[in-house]
Amino acid sequence: MRIEKHPVLPDRPAGKKVDIFVDGRKVEAYEGEPIAAALWAAGIKKFRYTRKEKQPRGYFCGLGRCTDCVMTVDGVANVRTCITPVKGGMVVQTQKGLGIWKKRQMSW
Amino acid sequence: MEKKANVLVIGAGPAGLCAGIETGKSGAKVIVIDENTRPGGQLFKQIHRFFGSEQHHAGVRGFEIGEMLLHKCKEAGVEMMLSSVVWGLSPEFRAGVVREGKRSMTITADKVILATGASENSLMFPGWTLPGVMGAGAAQTMMNIHRVLPGKRALMIGSGNVGLIVSYQLLQAGCEVKAVVEILPRVGGYKVHANKIARLGVDILISHTVLEVRGRERVEEAIVGRGDRNLRPIPGTERTISVDLVCLAVGLTPLSELAWLAGCKFGYFPLLGGFVPLHNRGMETTVSGMYIAGDASGIEEASTAMEEGRLAGVGALESLAFISAAEADSRRKEIEQNLLMLRKGPYGDFRHKEKEKIYSEWKKVKEKAGGYH
Repeated sequence: MRIEKHPVLPDRPAGKKVDIFVDGRKVEAYEGEPIAAALWAAGIKKFRYTRKEKQPRGYFCGLGRCTDCVMTVDGVANVRTCITPVKGGMVVQTQKGLGIWKKRQMSW
Repeated sequence: MEKKANVLVIGAGPAGLCAGIETGKSGAKVIVIDENTRPGGQLFKQIHRFFGSEQHHAGVRGFEIGEMLLHKCKEAGVEMMLSSVVWGLSPEFRAGVVREGKRSMTITADKVILATGASENSLMFPGWTLPGVMGAGAAQTMMNIHRVLPGKRALMIGSGNVGLIVSYQLLQAGCEVKAVVEILPRVGGYKVHANKIARLGVDILISHTVLEVRGRERVEEAIVGRGDRNLRPIPGTERTISVDLVCLAVGLTPLSELAWLAGCKFGYFPLLGGFVPLHNRGMETTVSGMYIAGDASGIEEASTAMEEGRLAGVGALESLAFISAAEADSRRKEIEQNLLMLRKGPYGDFRHKEKEKIYSEWKKVKEKAGGYH
């Protein structure tokens, strides 16, 4: 749920609305906001399942440190969604375990 | 790619920005680097009015202070490098940097100021990994920066200032705060913050803790219970609270990996968050020419972080001869006076004492090292 009116903060700067695709579902987001924020606003709280116990994980530290919120974004696994900005048309997938690593992810 | 600077400041929070301003305005070539896409560290999510005296921006909200510091950085000619992670730091002050997750580069500096801040502590109990359990600071970022409500019904664990202030901000954002639980028999934070949420009907349960969080793949309820004098749960006192958000406000730990890498000596100061790089009164670590400021040098507040950032900056300027010793002394005197004011009273005294211990530990290490030559 988004906060539309706030008693202290000025109105949210009007951002550009874009669509992203989460496990095939179209989700409305603001360009530049973290992927995690867009997902939470849409009521999506499960971001990945752990490798051994298959337990769900969501948004935890919000700083890019704990890696609880990693997902597969545009085919790249283990993207920290709490600090990665939304771009229109992004394809976001709930990650299972460590995800599938692509060569280009390791080449830099 | 290689870059050079007189002063490299790592971290663009209150301490880092003030270090940047202090050094930049006196003519040093300064780079302030931060891994986030925006500068300001945690300042921009602080929507409450600050305390203290006028010169410490009392009555001004955190995000307004952030704006002001960014403006001053620009005036001082500070170069800001964002979305840039410092992954390594050599004792020769060569920093390994990755920009935007792709391009690799190095920055070599004459002096380094570490202002890397802190991270939130966690607390483990059955269900602590369920989506909907998060750091209080993480919830604050979600609502105050990204304008997304982290939950509709919340339980706050911990009654320090972070727990109390974030509870109030959750209420402001439209979330119901069911309770604040505190394992100690007294509220940890300022009375004024506790009273504010109590007036709005929030239960502050002292001598209570969370026992379990339950739910199907997300938080649905929390079990809290009373603790005895030894902080152990008392059977039969459990009660279930229906919530979809559990916030952890159980302290912070300094982020000091880069100080380890560079070979700084540490000491253990639990009242300031744990292992802290030893430093002197001028914020210089045991590695000459490397300074530290803000929460990374021991957990305090944004206002002390800003003064410490300046103090580190003065040290760097003096050793690079951008200012005279007399000028450095006069600036230091003023800043130390400010710090003394900020470390007064029931919530400040212990920080003053711990800091003094850090300075004297630094001295011991330095004297011992000197003895080998």
